[in-house]
Amino acid sequence: MAIHRTLAIVLRQAYLLRGSPARVLPLFAWVAVDIVLWGFITRYLNAVSGSGINFVATLLGAVLLWDFFMRVMQGVTMAFFEDVWSRNFLNFFATPLSTAEYVGGLVLTSIATSAVGLVVMVILASAAFHLSFLAYGLPLAAFLLVLFVFGIALGVFACAMVLRLGPAFEWFIWPIPAILSPFAGVFYPVATLPVWMQGVAHALPPAYVFEGMRTIVAGGSVSVASLLGGCVLAVVYLLLAGAFFVRTYRHAVRTGLIARYSAETLN
Amino acid sequence: MLAPSDGTIRIEGLDIASSRAQALERTNFAAVYAPLPGNLTVYQNLRVFGLLYGVNDLPARIGELLRQLDLEAFRNTRCGVLSSGEQTRVGLAKALLNRPHLLLLDEPTASLDPATARDIRAKIRAFAAEGGSGVLWTSHNMYEVEEVCDRVLFVSHGKILIEGDPKSLPREHGKATLEELFIATAREPLTIKEA
Repeated sequence: MAIHRTLAIVLRQAYLLRGSPARVLPLFAWVAVDIVLWGFITRYLNAVSGSGINFVATLLGAVLLWDFFMRVMQGVTMAFFEDVWSRNFLNFFATPLSTAEYVGGLVLTSIATSAVGLVVMVILASAAFHLSFLAYGLPLAAFLLVLFVFGIALGVFACAMVLRLGPAFEWFIWPIPAILSPFAGVFYPVATLPVWMQGVAHALPPAYVFEGMRTIVAGGSVSVASLLGGCVLAVVYLLLAGAFFVRTYRHAVRTGLIARYSAETLN
Repeated sequence: MLAPSDGTIRIEGLDIASSRAQALERTNFAAVYAPLPGNLTVYQNLRVFGLLYGVNDLPARIGELLRQLDLEAFRNTRCGVLSSGEQTRVGLAKALLNRPHLLLLDEPTASLDPATARDIRAKIRAFAAEGGSGVLWTSHNMYEVEEVCDRVLFVSHGKILIEGDPKSLPREHGKATLEELFIATAREPLTIKEA
């Protein structure tokens, strides 16, 4: 694996971001909108519920962690879609670039873009609604790690699906986080769900993060074994997604799909 | 870049299936149907692809190619707004970045006006004349093939039907020009093969 080739992928994305406010704005605009919307909702709930539950720490914190997960996933897919839209696969994969170097470039791009969102989210949430991420303590690092790894895994899986099924499949990728969120227990304990949905939740790494977060806010201590389980699960998904991408790429190279990608021959 | 359906592809002895990166480091390609991303400038595209090929002293190499291919005026212009002739020259600059030992050109002059096409042919011939590199050029323009190539192969459905010197080949097959031979081969491939 040659680092200069991975950096070439990052450089291409940096050039695109530098020359385009339309690409920079979404890195933090949706995060800011979510903070304002959920910040006021949680402030209102704190005022009227009288339950003693701190909705800012539970709901707003959950929304922002979920936003972070989506930013990570979209950081990978958006960088990939740039090559879909500019029909650049033939040019890229006629070079010595390997799939590991290419995906590595997408991941580094996602780290940079999601870090921008994370910084904006931390500053805005603490300044406007006094939400301190430090209140989650050391487990916050594990929360972010699990969400990051699973976000990358889902992003790589989504890229492989679009590579296999064609550019039109892009529109099936955007709703994936919304479809997962009811199962992941972002806003409520997993125990609230029917049994079959709980089964799905246990297979999703973010569910362990949000359960742990709620436990901390309620004054308990997070289960290390549970968090470790979420972490292992996320790594397994990442490995599976990587293997799926390589398999899909090899299929595209073997069948010639990669040279006629825009023709959407599978459709 | 595609996997062969049968057999092996070797570039300077390197099997592309097992030593893909090393083999592709020695090659490059340009084709009208694979333009460089239109939302990057000429310089940005050449820098990205120069990094991918691991070109030494990249800024100097880019400067050299921009001069050779008359692209200095477009250095900071996005590729998407260039004319087809200019885009072809940018594609050629990308293809020459790593001084490939094997340069693959798929219809490099297709859809260009005759003056620009002649200019492009001259640039490619100048590159080939530097020595040390082979150029594999696919074209349906037989006048161009006759003018530029040392050796021609007529290929149909993955099989080589005829090969030889494009200047002497028509006579050897009883035809006046390479274009006549091409047309006859396309219509009656088996007859020509046996002749």
